[in-house]
Amino acid sequence: MHAVIPYVTAALLFGLGVYGVLRRRNAVLVLMAVELMLNAVNLIFVTADASVRAALVGVQSEAWAYPNGAPGHSGGVFALFAIVLAAAEVGVGLAIVLQYYRMRRAVHIDEVALHHEGAGQVSQ
Amino acid sequence: MTVADVLLLALGAVAVGSGALVVTSAHVVRSGLYLVISLGAVAGLYLVLGAELVAWVQILVYVGAVVVLLLFAVMLTHAPIGASQDLDRPAWPALIVGGGVGLGLAVLFADAFHWTLYDLPEPGNTARMGAEIFGQWVLPFEVLSILLLAALVGAIVLSRIDIGARTDDEPVAGESN
Repeated sequence: MHAVIPYVTAALLFGLGVYGVLRRRNAVLVLMAVELMLNAVNLIFVTADASVRAALVGVQSEAWAYPNGAPGHSGGVFALFAIVLAAAEVGVGLAIVLQYYRMRRAVHIDEVALHHEGAGQVSQ
Repeated sequence: MTVADVLLLALGAVAVGSGALVVTSAHVVRSGLYLVISLGAVAGLYLVLGAELVAWVQILVYVGAVVVLLLFAVMLTHAPIGASQDLDRPAWPALIVGGGVGLGLAVLFADAFHWTLYDLPEPGNTARMGAEIFGQWVLPFEVLSILLLAALVGAIVLSRIDIGARTDDEPVAGESN
């Protein structure tokens, strides 16, 4: 395989995610764009795992750096960790979005007031 | 061009194309469904790259849980069913920053890796990956489980009205945080 293909794919996906985060007003759509960015990072982890391991065939690894055996597949492990982090992020993020929707009846993030507005902001 | 290259190119094109539709579609629900296609194509890329476990976890967790959660949020926030015009902000800043980041990273990677041929790793590495998680990375694994518990509790606290936001004239309750 040519490792540059998945790398360039991941770079383009990350750019699309950045574009979506900056372009979208709907908070749920912003979270979807964040998912695209996290996927790009995971793809880079997995591709780096495969290509670096293929490039290091026959190279003696330093025994003191790997007390639990030879290295390998750490990129996949980190991709798994990033997937778990993404799940936690989307859970808390959607809880915040739904709470905001319950207060304001809107999910437009460029209308969120970042300063303190005083009393009367909780309307139920 | 080997078979793996053709597969990588096709799946990458599907992932990038449907990713572009995710961030440009005027329908909120369609955006979520295009996200499913994009995530599935990335899972296919993982399969070609020999990371089976990551691919299936991607299908299970992302397509099975995260996208369903996002679609629930779309429904609970009463998103419009048809096309809506108020989903976007002005395009130019996003286009400049996003295009700059994407194309810049792409040029960086293309310059770093050129057209070098790498051997495909052998498939079927789930056993080795389990050994890796529970040998080399046990402590991050445990920390991650604590983080998941914290996110769970945080989401519950955020979404319950009676223990969530309080008004200013109300006395501070002990269990409010």
